[in-house]
Amino acid sequence: MFAEYTAAELTSIFAMQGFAGLILFSVFVLMALGLAIIFGQMGVINMAHGEFMILGAYTTYLISNLFADYLPGIYSSYFFIAMIVAFFVTGALGAFVEWAMIRHLYHRPLDTLLATWGLSLIMQQFYRTVFGAREVGVTLPDWLMGSIAVTDMVEIPINGLFVMGLTIVITVGVALMMQRSHLGKQTRAVVQNRPMAAAVGINTEKVDRLTFALGCGIAGVAGSAFTMIGSTGPTSGQLYIVDTFLVVVFGGAASLLGTVASAFTISQAQSTMEFFLSGSMAKVLTLLVVVGILMLRPQGLFTLKVRR
Amino acid sequence: MNKVAAFIGKNQYSHMIILALLLLVVLPLSLDIFRLNLVGKYLTYAFVALGLVLCWGYGGILSLGQGVFFGLGGYCMAMFLKLEASSPENTAIQSTPGIPDFMDWNQLTALPWFWEPFHSFTFTVFAVILVPAIFAFIIAVAMFKRRVGGVYFAIITQAVAAIMTILIIGQQGYTGGVNGITDLRTLHGWDIRTDDAKYILYYVNALLLFLCLFVAAFVIKSKLGRLLVAMREREDRVRFSGYDVSAFKIFIFCLAAAISAIGGAMFTLQVGFMSPSFVGIVPSIEMVIFCALGGRLSILGAVYGTLLVNYAKTSFSETFPELWLFAMGALFIGVVMAFPNGLAGIYQRYMEPWLLKLSKKDESPSAPAVGASEKAPESSDEPMTSEERKHA
Repeated sequence: MFAEYTAAELTSIFAMQGFAGLILFSVFVLMALGLAIIFGQMGVINMAHGEFMILGAYTTYLISNLFADYLPGIYSSYFFIAMIVAFFVTGALGAFVEWAMIRHLYHRPLDTLLATWGLSLIMQQFYRTVFGAREVGVTLPDWLMGSIAVTDMVEIPINGLFVMGLTIVITVGVALMMQRSHLGKQTRAVVQNRPMAAAVGINTEKVDRLTFALGCGIAGVAGSAFTMIGSTGPTSGQLYIVDTFLVVVFGGAASLLGTVASAFTISQAQSTMEFFLSGSMAKVLTLLVVVGILMLRPQGLFTLKVRR
Repeated sequence: MNKVAAFIGKNQYSHMIILALLLLVVLPLSLDIFRLNLVGKYLTYAFVALGLVLCWGYGGILSLGQGVFFGLGGYCMAMFLKLEASSPENTAIQSTPGIPDFMDWNQLTALPWFWEPFHSFTFTVFAVILVPAIFAFIIAVAMFKRRVGGVYFAIITQAVAAIMTILIIGQQGYTGGVNGITDLRTLHGWDIRTDDAKYILYYVNALLLFLCLFVAAFVIKSKLGRLLVAMREREDRVRFSGYDVSAFKIFIFCLAAAISAIGGAMFTLQVGFMSPSFVGIVPSIEMVIFCALGGRLSILGAVYGTLLVNYAKTSFSETFPELWLFAMGALFIGVVMAFPNGLAGIYQRYMEPWLLKLSKKDESPSAPAVGASEKAPESSDEPMTSEERKHA
């Protein structure tokens, strides 16, 4: 299948597909980060995670419209404000959902899955009612338009580059927070041994709520970044939810490093194969390989060594 | 009337008889053929819900990919019917006569090898059950031997459902793509689109459902059923007692898959087509709510739950299509949070003690026999009984 291409062409194909894979990788990482915190740290399956992400995307869309209408002078910087607002809006909704629903179901993980699926249906229909069934997109500011030509055949779009940079910043931020910050330490303590953490004075209920809100907030930021590279529809979140869960499970549920590594593997495999096979077959093959590896190694690539 | 209450309260088969009367007598007599065909379609989902009662309710294995088995069973049947519908005479205008129309549109010139055996009806009947069961066996062996369970299993079955849908849609030359396999006409020369055929298929479907219900009731009553419950509660203790936990899980998962597949095949026969929209993630998880609403521990609850949700879905989508998803979402959340055992749980908690109390009073010598007791015990009799008691 490589025969009809020259060596130079092949290199640029791999470079271009590799870059397309990197953008997919960014989306996976951003979505999976929030999920890794919620699922990996708390063991809660949040099927509405994609809808939280889309909430962030719609928030960004609304704010970009506000800027275009009232503050066209500083439109180019709307994105940073939108991202912060998206974080807090989705985080607040996450905290509310945890309070109203999730905390009653901690001892029944399979039921959490069904309840959050119900939540995702409601959120989808809400978006459809408010924003319409058609996909919406934001107008990118000028500095994100265009692309950088590396060679004759390889061009790199700036918005993709920006999203990748953003992904790195957010990932490092989340990793630092989980490792160094007070909340991060408390979260990890609760995950490792809940009764003992409670015994030394950690308010485990509060930690649960903050962790869940944080995971949802990161999903909101992911949605915000998502508007840079694609348009948003009511069901856009659902398209990614299975892939994201596989990314998290494949990487080893409790490990952030594993999440990043597995997102990288899956996205690169998929986008490289996409060029040579049809898109659907590339996806089928990728998913099959992932499921196959999970059968051999159910705990995922990286595991947290905890004495239970 | 009191005798009826006593009968319902005490006799374990009475619920089955009531359901049989409802499905085999009341509904066919009161509905026109269009509506009855619709009920028949819903009842095919009840097979899946029944399978979920076994593997999720009793076995504790939540599968979010039951649509895959429903679809496999349906596709096996559809392949047979499609081959019969695309005889060389019927497809003479195609560039390659004798192959299904969608293959011709996709420039295929010969029938793919895996379609060949579906010329035989005997093979098809076996394939309807065996293909999904073998597929389920492969998944189950791979997962349960490695002790993968709980939410991980749920996610992986969901991924399997996603893979299956993408594969069917992507390989449209072999599978019919998004549209699925349509335009099915005859079964051994017997036109399945006539009203008479629809009546017969409805009864075949209902009887098959009862057969599966008896199998399920037998499994639950047997030692296997006890072990399943024990495994669901404390898997380690069962394993330490010397049982091969994975073997039981594999068996119940395959049984659930086979039951779902029968539903799928009957779906194809009654509705006249099969498409990937019954295979994917969304239909699969909807089938879980049928089972959850009816009661995950009640095989009859699964049938009622399926009928109720689908009836609500049809009437909602006809009048307020945009409200349906809200209602469905609320149903998921409400059932899980407030009624984990579904309608059957409510029935057992409130109706059964009351029926028993009623029957106890009935046994006292002064209780007169009410003339209406010879009437067929329909479910609609129960509220009347309650009113009568209040007045008495």
